[in-house]
Amino acid sequence: MECTLDAQSLISISLRKIHSSRTQRGGIKLHKNLLVSYVLRNARQLYLSERYAELYRRQQHYPDGAPLLAMPACPPPAAAAPPDLPALPLPTDTQDREPRSCAGVRGGGELLEVPVCAAAPPELQRVPCRDSSPGFYRVTGSAGPGSGGGAAGLLYAAGCDFGSGGAPHCSSRTTVLDLDTHVVTTVENGYLHQDCCCSQCPCCCQPAPGLASPPPTPGTKRKYYPGQEEEEEEGVEEGGEPGAGGVAGGPPFAPCTKRARFEEYNTEHPQDSSNISNLISIFGSGFTGLVSRQQADSEQPLNGQLCSKQALASLGAWTRAIVAF
Amino acid sequence: SLAGFGNLMQDVLWCFSQVKGTIDIGVTEADIISTVEFNHTGELLATGDKGGRVVIFQREQESKNQPHRRGEYNVYSTFQSHEPEFDYLKSLEIEEKINKIRWLPQQNAAYFLLSTNDKTVKLWKVSERDKRPEGYNLKDEDGRLRDPSMITTLRVPVLRPMDLMVEATPRRVFANAHTYHINSISVNSDYETYMSADDLRINLWHFEITNQSFNIVDIKPANMEELTEVITAAEFHPHHCNTFVYSSSKGTIRLCDMRTSALCDRHAKFFEEPEDPSNRSFFSEIISSISDVKFSHSGRYIMTRDYLTVKVWDLNMENRPIETYQVHDYLRSKLCSLYENDCIFDKFECVWNGSDSVIMTGSYNNFFRMFDRNTKRDVTLEASRENSKPRAILKPRKVCVGGKRRKDEISVDSLDFSKKILHTAWHPSENIIAVAATNNLYIFQDKVN
Repeated sequence: MECTLDAQSLISISLRKIHSSRTQRGGIKLHKNLLVSYVLRNARQLYLSERYAELYRRQQHYPDGAPLLAMPACPPPAAAAPPDLPALPLPTDTQDREPRSCAGVRGGGELLEVPVCAAAPPELQRVPCRDSSPGFYRVTGSAGPGSGGGAAGLLYAAGCDFGSGGAPHCSSRTTVLDLDTHVVTTVENGYLHQDCCCSQCPCCCQPAPGLASPPPTPGTKRKYYPGQEEEEEEGVEEGGEPGAGGVAGGPPFAPCTKRARFEEYNTEHPQDSSNISNLISIFGSGFTGLVSRQQADSEQPLNGQLCSKQALASLGAWTRAIVAF
Repeated sequence: SLAGFGNLMQDVLWCFSQVKGTIDIGVTEADIISTVEFNHTGELLATGDKGGRVVIFQREQESKNQPHRRGEYNVYSTFQSHEPEFDYLKSLEIEEKINKIRWLPQQNAAYFLLSTNDKTVKLWKVSERDKRPEGYNLKDEDGRLRDPSMITTLRVPVLRPMDLMVEATPRRVFANAHTYHINSISVNSDYETYMSADDLRINLWHFEITNQSFNIVDIKPANMEELTEVITAAEFHPHHCNTFVYSSSKGTIRLCDMRTSALCDRHAKFFEEPEDPSNRSFFSEIISSISDVKFSHSGRYIMTRDYLTVKVWDLNMENRPIETYQVHDYLRSKLCSLYENDCIFDKFECVWNGSDSVIMTGSYNNFFRMFDRNTKRDVTLEASRENSKPRAILKPRKVCVGGKRRKDEISVDSLDFSKKILHTAWHPSENIIAVAATNNLYIFQDKVN
């Protein structure tokens, strides 16, 4: 297969196409978006398999896991072979061509993806919420709550496999891009995740208002900018949000109120490989936004349900959301 | 004499005949031709454009004085078929671009055609008026009402000749039946019904009934998350009014029989060629998506077009096509760039000649290709202003794939991908072809010996 672009570039190009299709005349073209989603799936599979190979290779060199903590991309000390991944974006297609299936990805002990560390520049990530189907990103059992740095920068995933007791102890900076409203929300320490999962994910979620989040890792700040432009991580405290929840105002994870920095992001960090996997989650987020506003609005009160519907790894969500009718 | 049936490639020399459209450097998007179709006799040639307009050309009578000018096509009628619309409920703009035009067979003096955009199909009547009544009693020649008290005598209005006027009137509007974008319309051989197909559904209409249609195919899954393919084209069998085919984005064709059930979700035949695993790439799914499907005039074969090939299928053999023609295989190594610039999503059409012996399809750089099914020879021709001298013979073009480029060849990297020929049409019985190159319509004929 001859391609001058690597998988990462293909993924970001594809996401951009889907994003721009929303504003094209004539409405969203179902056919074209379906084809783009196939490219996304193919590129993602290659990308992730390369990542796993790399991580596995690193694992070989650093078996004790200690240096991992210092690495920008911190793989949990999982020695698991690359887990099976759900194929993008259409579940029923998985059987056709790809040997991988969704079946194997459950529970702890499996590394799916390690997004980014707090040290990394701001990236656009989606905060996945509880998902009914295997998620892209799953914290390993050993990197559960309390394991601190092992899960540094980890984007917790569908399934919320964090064990009992509340919030994942991550010092992750996560940014959510809603492609529908062009709003970016940045949250630290997974508060947003908790908020949006609260009603459905007792394992890790707590009600938004009174959530007992772990104390922020020193040096990191929780930021949520409702209704404000995105700003640099350092130093900007959120303001104006009710309660301690990560989401101000309206329902968690509901349309945020910030301008998208999608294009800027891509310009600034075109090759930020650790973020590519998160772009995929943007896709999931964005596609939820593609669903008609009426539909989205009606889903908002069902926080966890909304999240579950946003099924990161639920391939169909992509196509489902394409149909903005 | 008619050069037509049974012509072999080597006997046909294609000549420039006419070109319609402006030579402006900047092309107005609305002028981009989006569909081309001859009527059943070839007397009329219709084009639709992105601006929602339809232009119909009529072939002039052959003149004994100028036999070499074998019937030029001149503008016969121009009308605005569709306007841009806005669906307020869904906050969507509906493009006015004409996706397809299909003629009805002529049954009286008037001509009828169907034109469609993404959502609405319209039946247009095109008729001539060369007489008008004169001598009304109650109104004068300007149409103003006369004062009845001033009328002292009565007269009988008479029809008097007038300058020929061609009127186009919308006779039917078939709306609100498609949630997704209409890609095809096809008139049934019963001439009473037609079908319209969108991404997920096909509806059957009766020409007389606009407020309802029958849904005959519905591939929308209960859960859209399970969507794996869409309908890309559909056509009725030319003779069997119960039979139609539709193609999918997965490169498959289904033949359906409307007699078996009201909802033709179960196909009678399923045409699919196994994928060649050695050709697998990121873009395998895209390039296998079928962009056009056409029955042969005989009704024995169907032809499909995907991004790189044209295939001919025998209706009696479902497991693979009987013929595969490479349109521009040199693009296979360029799929990445073509994905980036969106060219990989271009939907090329394909056409049969009147005798089903030659098939034609478009490519880039204003090239179009013809394949002779009998001799297996093929030719690449170009629609360009440079080759547009009257009756100039078109010189075959060649794309140089690698190595040393000969003088007349063009290298792959020099191809202009903005000049794409997506729509072509072949006269039903003669060697006359219409080729749409962006905003220009080229008409070529074979050289009269």
